[in-house]
This record gives sequence, structure tokens and C-alpha cells, in this order.
Amino acid sequence: MMEKMKIEKSFRRLILIELLFPILLLVLGIYHGFIQVLYRAGVIQSTSFLGLDYYQGLTLHGVVNAIVFTTFFAVAFGHALILFYLKKTPHLLFSWISGGLMVLGTLLASYAILSGKASVLYTFYPPLKAHPLFYIGATLLVIGSWIAFFAWIPLYRSWRKENANQKTPLAIVGIFSTFLVWLMATLPLAYEVLVMLIPWSLGFVPTVNVMLARTLFWFFGHPLVYFWLLPAYIMFYVMLPKVSGGKLYSDFAGRFVFMCFIILSAPVGLHHQFTDPAIRSSWKWFHTVLTFGIAIPSFMTFFTLCASLEYAAKSRGGTGLLRWWTKLPYFNKDNHEQWLFPYFISGLILFSFGGITGLINASYTMNSVIHNTSWVPGHFHTTVGGPVFLSFIAMSLFMVARLLGKEIQFPKLNMWVPYLWMVGVLTFSIGMSVAGIYGVPRRTNLGISYMTSQPDIFRGLGMLWSNMSVLGGGLMSLSMVFFFFVFITTLCSKKKMEGHLYFPTSETYYDENISFVQNFKPWIIIAIVLIVIAYGLPLYDVIQATFYGSAGFTPQSPLPTP
Amino acid sequence: MPKAEKIIVFCSSILLILFFIGMIYAVRELNILLPTCITSVEPFKTGKVIKHTEDKYEIQYVARMWNFDPAVVEVPVGATIDFYVTSLDVIHGFHILGTNVNLMAVPGTVNYIQKKFLKAGEYSILCHEYCGMGHQMMSAKIMVK
Repeated sequence: MMEKMKIEKSFRRLILIELLFPILLLVLGIYHGFIQVLYRAGVIQSTSFLGLDYYQGLTLHGVVNAIVFTTFFAVAFGHALILFYLKKTPHLLFSWISGGLMVLGTLLASYAILSGKASVLYTFYPPLKAHPLFYIGATLLVIGSWIAFFAWIPLYRSWRKENANQKTPLAIVGIFSTFLVWLMATLPLAYEVLVMLIPWSLGFVPTVNVMLARTLFWFFGHPLVYFWLLPAYIMFYVMLPKVSGGKLYSDFAGRFVFMCFIILSAPVGLHHQFTDPAIRSSWKWFHTVLTFGIAIPSFMTFFTLCASLEYAAKSRGGTGLLRWWTKLPYFNKDNHEQWLFPYFISGLILFSFGGITGLINASYTMNSVIHNTSWVPGHFHTTVGGPVFLSFIAMSLFMVARLLGKEIQFPKLNMWVPYLWMVGVLTFSIGMSVAGIYGVPRRTNLGISYMTSQPDIFRGLGMLWSNMSVLGGGLMSLSMVFFFFVFITTLCSKKKMEGHLYFPTSETYYDENISFVQNFKPWIIIAIVLIVIAYGLPLYDVIQATFYGSAGFTPQSPLPTP
Repeated sequence: MPKAEKIIVFCSSILLILFFIGMIYAVRELNILLPTCITSVEPFKTGKVIKHTEDKYEIQYVARMWNFDPAVVEVPVGATIDFYVTSLDVIHGFHILGTNVNLMAVPGTVNYIQKKFLKAGEYSILCHEYCGMGHQMMSAKIMVK
């Protein structure tokens, strides 16, 4: 079943566009990532550099890297998984409309950001008001991704009917979980943007309830991180055991973990709002409990992946309690499929840091120490910037090369890309995290803060640690230069084989048929019930405790916009 | 389910329960609290320091682009201070560096936390939420004597 597969020309083109377009934008997003560490270390002490304002660039960095790149990748990856594992082609016209809307939305939002009219950061908290095209562009991007998902559902249904006695392929369970989480996340976002922000930014309504918009944003914002993470989990469960030369330890674990994410991704968003007014602390506590609940599937994943790697290492001749770790293909320079291993393992090493710092963030009172300090970007560069980013760029390169029938060029250099990135992110994150404990804020042009009348805040140990992030940012950028070099040379190399679709697929060591993880329905119902409980009363409180709505402001002026 | 898997589920559950006990301890015994929903105080327009008694103070902070009102406050060591924080324009942050006082200032609402300073010194308050062009300069001071 897991043979190379030829796919139709038009669909191949669509997937290629959806992979290449965000990679192109990523150049811009990564560029400003590097420039940002220069500001933060005081190397650049001005409001803008080469025509790009600090906060404008920060908006670009967040929107492109965390929203645009990830959404495009998830859709393209989903199309490919459906084609490969279900052997069914999604509706061609709908899929093209989906891709077209996503590209159009991205272009509109990029225009708003690059013209300097939407420097509101990727959280776009009102009453900072962006150009309407920023909100409209974001909406089109999301609607585009919905259409792609909706076109997969009938294919899944008919596959289930035709294969009634078979388990759904794990990758398909994964991608449907990903998009169910995405749907739950983007509904409150749609309310915030369509009902509240777009009419307000167009001037149809004078004010907006800031606290409500903020709460709806985080209702979206936390499941969003699982929308990033789950495609990486698909690769870790389905492909990592194969490329490390082993088997997936437990098939049930994978299915159960995906179902856990369906029920627990959304009702945890208040842990981003521990320091907010208008929300009862008892509800903050309730979300804390559920947030810790969602640590369980991650613990299980950690165990299952380690067990799978141990199996792989031992079948390669590894021995001992821990010595087998040395027998994994860390330095494999092939350009077939095993080159994915360094990317995956680097991501997982980073994720072990991200998991622990994440638990600290979610720990109710402990959050007060680090909320909105540079600890937070220190944390999420080891999650979304770790396993998510590394597996997404690796899989983009893998799929592009396969679809075009190219061989990976400079495999030796390619092997070092993820390790260099890992060392860079660790250096960056340790610097940012420790500086955060000293109180260094996250979203601040520190280059200018150095020159203020109150230098005592911005000098001393905290800043010293902050400067360490320059070294990390430099290594990360260098790693990306190498990645783009490999990517472009691969793209321009001679065609070596017929273009095709292929994913390495692991066999399973423990393959059980446990019925309660075979069906999405009960899990979706539990998810809805939990969401209603977790958000019903908090939203009511937020509306009760807000005394007035707010007119819009631009970043330039303390007076409301007319 | 293989046995090793059951063991790991059990162990990680125990670990999480231990974390919970730690969090409950912080709230119950160390009395570290998070802001909650307040509907009894209306958002105010100017900053104010109210001295109720020798060791009971109330400070109403207004955050706005790009300063805090009051900018400098003096309080005695060991006094109980009720912090009320609101914003006149966009969302701001309110972090007293080196303490657990870390709040969001959201327009239309009032945020509240209580704090006792046990050490004398000069404390900096920093805005940690992006609030426009002048964000990086937005700070205030509390002198504890």
C-alpha cells in the first residue's frame, strides 16, 4: 500500500504552490527575527531599520512565521495525506478555491502590514486598530483553510464505508484531529474578527468590547498552538519510527493522544489570561486543571516516541539501559528519507524544554513571575520554533523534492541544518528565559529602552542574558541560510525520477484494536460540552465587568482615531 | 495496552498530582493570589494614592499611552497596598519588577491585586504589553521606605 504514488498534474501544482508560497514569505519573517535580536541587544538603537519599523517587523515575524506558514503547510500536508493514505483526490475546484483564498488573504494582510498600517502584532488586541485589509486578509486565509478541510470530510466518510473492517490510517486520524482543533479554534476568532473588529475598523460601529475580544482571541490562541503541533505529531508517530529504522511502539497511544487533543485543546485558553481583570480566579483555576490534563497526552507521546526509538536502536545493535541512544542514525547523510531523522530528533530535544517551560507558564500563580516577559518567547521558540518549525520545513523540502522528482542536494549540509538550529534556539531561549525571570519584557524595542531616563531597569544581569539571544538568533539565521541554499539548489537541480507522492510509514509494534478511539463523534461531543462549561460563565463575567466599549487607536497617537 | 504504557500513565499522573499540590500550597499557604472579576469599582480617569491608615494604602493607577499616573509613589515598608489598575486607551501591562505583581490594564475594566512590600527600596513598574510607538519608554516607580 505504501508505494510511491503518482498524482494528477493540477493537484500536484496546487500542493507545490501551497508549499512554496509560504516558504518564500518565510525569508521575510526570518529576516526580521534576526533583526529583532539586534534591537534587543542594543546593536540597533532606533525605531526602524532599513525602512522596517520594529513593531511592524514584529507583526510580520509573528504573522508570517506562526500563522501563514503553518496554515499553508497544514493544508498542503493534509491534501497530500488524504491523497496518499485514502487514495482519494479532494474536490479539485474547491481545493483550488481554498488555495486561492489563502493566497489572496495573505497578500492583502501583507500589504496592510508592509504599508505600515497594521503594526498591531499577531495578537492584534483592540483597541489598537489595524487597516481593515489586515482583518479581511486574515479572515480569507482562515476561510480558505476551512474549505480545504470541508472537502476532505466526504472522502473520509466514503473511505470508512468502503473499509468498514479496517482502522483509519493513523495519519488520517491525525490530520482530522488537527483540523477539528482548528475549526474549534477559529469559530471564536471568526466572531471576534467578523462581528466585532471588521465593522469597527470600517467605522460602522464606534466601539469594541476590548476584554471580550481579548478573551475570544485566547479562546482561539491556545488551540492554535495545537493546530501547529499536531501535524508535527503526525510525523513523529507515523514517520519518525520508520526513518529511525524501527516501528511505532503503540498504535493505540497515537490514536488516544489525538483524541485527547480534540477534547482538551480549546477549554484551556484562560491560562493566557491569568493576569487579566474581569475573569474570576476560580475559572482561571479550572482552566489550569484542564491545561495540566493536556500534559498527559504529551507525556504519553514522549514515552511512546522514546520506546519506538529504543526499538529502532536495539534492532540496529544498540544495547543497555541508555547506551542504545548512541545507535540512532543522527548523522545519516542519505537523501532518500532517513535525512528526516536529524530534523525530527532536534525538534524533539527542543520540545522537552518547551514542555517543561510550558508547564511552568500554566502553573497558575507561578505565571505571575514570567507573564509577558521575554521568558514567554523563550518558551515558544522551543515549541513552535522547535519541533513544529523543524518538522514543517523538513516535510516541505521532502514533499517538494518528491513531487518534482528531484534529489536533495548537499545532503551533508542538510544534515547539519537542524542541529545548528537546535543549538541556536537553545542559546536564544536560555538567554530570553533567564532575562525574563529578571523582568525583561517581551514585546519591547529594547534598543530604545537603553536610552531612556530609567536605565536601571534595562541594565544589569537581565540585559546580559538578553544579549545571549543575539548569539542564538545568529546561529538560527545561519542555519536558515543553509536550509534555503539546500532548498533552492534542490529545486533547481536536474530531475532524477518521475514526480510522485510518498511518505515513510511505520509499522506498528503493538497493534491493538481498541474501539473507543476509532470514532471521532464521542470525542467531539465531549469537547463541545467542556468548551461550554469552560467558557460559558467566563464570557458572561467578561461582559458584566466591562463598563464601556473602546474607540480605536493607532500606535502613533494617544488620541482615538476619528 | 502494554504494561510499560500503563506504568508511564500512572507515573505521569502522580507527577501531575504533585504539581497540583504545589500550586494549591502556593495559593493556600503562601497566599499568592491571582486577579479576579471585579464589578464593584468603576474605571477611574486619574491616578490616586489614598492613605486609609498608617499601614493600609490604596493606589489607583491609570495606564495610558505612554505613562502611568501616578508616576512616582512613596509607601512605607510592610504596609498593605491595594492596587487598582485601569487603562484610558489601549491595553497596557503593569509589572512591578522583582515581585509577583503582574497585571494587565484593560480599558473598560478594573484590575486588582493586594501586595505588601517587605523590603525597602526603589521598585520599577514596567508596561509589558505593546501599546504603540512609545511603549519601550513606559515605566513608573514605587519608593518603599
